[in-house]
Amino acid sequence: MNTLLEVSGVSVSFDGFKAINNLSIQIAEPELRAIIGPNGAGKTTFMDILTGKTKPDEGRVIWGEKSVSLLGMSESQIAQSGIGRKFQKPTVFEAQTVRENIVMALKNPRGPFDLLFKRRVDDSADRAREISDEIGLSDALDQTAGALSHGQKQWLEIGMLLAQDPRLLLVDEPAAGMSPSEREHTTDLLVRAARTRAVVVVEHDMEFVRRLNCKVTVLHQGSVLAEGSLDHVTKNQDVVDVYLGR
Amino acid sequence: MERSFIAKNPSVLWFLLGLAGFTIVITILSEASGAALISTSFVKTLGKTLCLCLVAIAMDVVWGYCGILSLGHFAFFGIGGYAIGMWLMYARTEDIVIASLENATLPPTPDEITNAIGTQIFGVVGSSDFPMIWAFSHSLTLQLLAVALVPGLLALVFGWLAFRSRVTGVYLSILTQAMTLALSLYFFQNDTGLRGNNGLSGLQNIPGLEAVSQATLSLWFFWASAFALGVGYVLFAWITAGKLGSVIRAIRDNEARVRFLGYHVESYKLFVFTITAIIAAIAGALYYPQAGIINPAEIAPIASIYLAVWVAIGGRGRLYGAVIGAAVVSLMSSWFTGGKAPDINLGFYVIGWTDWWLVLLGLTFVAVTLFFPKGIGGLFDLLQPRKGDAP
Repeated sequence: MNTLLEVSGVSVSFDGFKAINNLSIQIAEPELRAIIGPNGAGKTTFMDILTGKTKPDEGRVIWGEKSVSLLGMSESQIAQSGIGRKFQKPTVFEAQTVRENIVMALKNPRGPFDLLFKRRVDDSADRAREISDEIGLSDALDQTAGALSHGQKQWLEIGMLLAQDPRLLLVDEPAAGMSPSEREHTTDLLVRAARTRAVVVVEHDMEFVRRLNCKVTVLHQGSVLAEGSLDHVTKNQDVVDVYLGR
Repeated sequence: MERSFIAKNPSVLWFLLGLAGFTIVITILSEASGAALISTSFVKTLGKTLCLCLVAIAMDVVWGYCGILSLGHFAFFGIGGYAIGMWLMYARTEDIVIASLENATLPPTPDEITNAIGTQIFGVVGSSDFPMIWAFSHSLTLQLLAVALVPGLLALVFGWLAFRSRVTGVYLSILTQAMTLALSLYFFQNDTGLRGNNGLSGLQNIPGLEAVSQATLSLWFFWASAFALGVGYVLFAWITAGKLGSVIRAIRDNEARVRFLGYHVESYKLFVFTITAIIAAIAGALYYPQAGIINPAEIAPIASIYLAVWVAIGGRGRLYGAVIGAAVVSLMSSWFTGGKAPDINLGFYVIGWTDWWLVLLGLTFVAVTLFFPKGIGGLFDLLQPRKGDAP
């Protein structure tokens, strides 16, 4: 296992409030990692920093074998270099079909003229079908995404991430609002995806994290409180005090 | 196998057939064909309307598809008109000056001719010198290039600055409106060298075609406008179909998400903004020779706002909707404000349409926005069976 992402000493504050405080974390490839923590622990801000939405005040974010810094890159450059993000609220393009949503995400040249003249996109129909099979939406390819159920939208978004073929997949509360059987399907999807790449899941729901059966990082007030297996961190007294004890 | 472009977009074929049919009917009815069932001035009105439809589909692509409510596209239209107008005015004045100096005892020197042309054109603003801005006005080729290049470069630079700073939504609209206002003030100034508030006139007289009657000329411009609208329609249908269209609409709906998919949103916006500006300018270059006159008031922000109103009434996000909106509203506007609409006498008050038309238009706009957000074009959805219905 090689280190894919190395975050060290990162801090960011909004109007004096320290959302992330000297945070250091390492993600290997492949790896499945869960990040848990109470509200305001800095989970979403952490993802914002990795994807280029928020610039930290200090610290380093180093990516890949070539050890490039992500901090000088734009959102689209970071996405192209292999970091995909799934938002807490499912954000698919509701006015467009499932197929259009997936095809848009497929790893292909991404300039306006590449798209206009259809450069190197011969197999996109097949790839879109493969992905729709994997997320269980092959019958809904020509439906508008807005007509899908909440759970289906979540899967479509995960499917779009898979289509991007990222090396690191950031997933924000994938199980929110899902029925027990939908949760099981989602767990399967994530565990399977984590065989070949790094997957970081931010989650509130301890039961869901238990099912992922992976290394857990507990965030509190913008820094790492504990790290290890779920059983290990749930026995940690600090963790019990700030999070689980309530 | 991938189906052909037309098979995937049947509305393009229907539109082209309709446009061709309309062109043939007007040609047969026109004075130039001998039937003379419609007047030359009405042929000009229809030709101008086609140009307005072209700028409307450009507006629809930038606003309805890409979500950029630009209040500057009618300024690009006007710049196109000025660019072609400068050549028309220069070349025509040159012909007149040379003809009038033919009987002079001494043959005129080139300097004398240039001075005479300058006096003719700039006399109204008390000058006779050619400003720098007219440097290429003797050349049709260069002025035609300017029709596309000047608005294209302006849109490129303006768009690059605005999109790069991530200005969006209503702030971007205000910024484009500021650009439009600045441009119209610039054109108003006598120092600019474009004859200030007089604008350019006599544009209906095409140099070299003096022998052709206005009836025939109006038909030629009508054909050119119809052709340009057809080509523009196919171009925009091609851009908005397929994956590029998919990304453009996605930017409208959630541009942050598109960024996280790895697309450089700013490039897409810049591409759409610039190409629609160029098409708007080409529409203007065809419009003003039919109108005969252009002045800075045409560029004022209100014109760009009307453009947005047409597209909203016609139906955003579908090209034929923009065509319908521009045609219906601009034709109704010239009917109501042309004094042909009968006033309504209420006994205690007479509703004169020249004054009340704007009120009617405003109310229509509010009603469409509230009750028919899809506009007139949305009515076509009722004709098609919805997806999932029995065949």
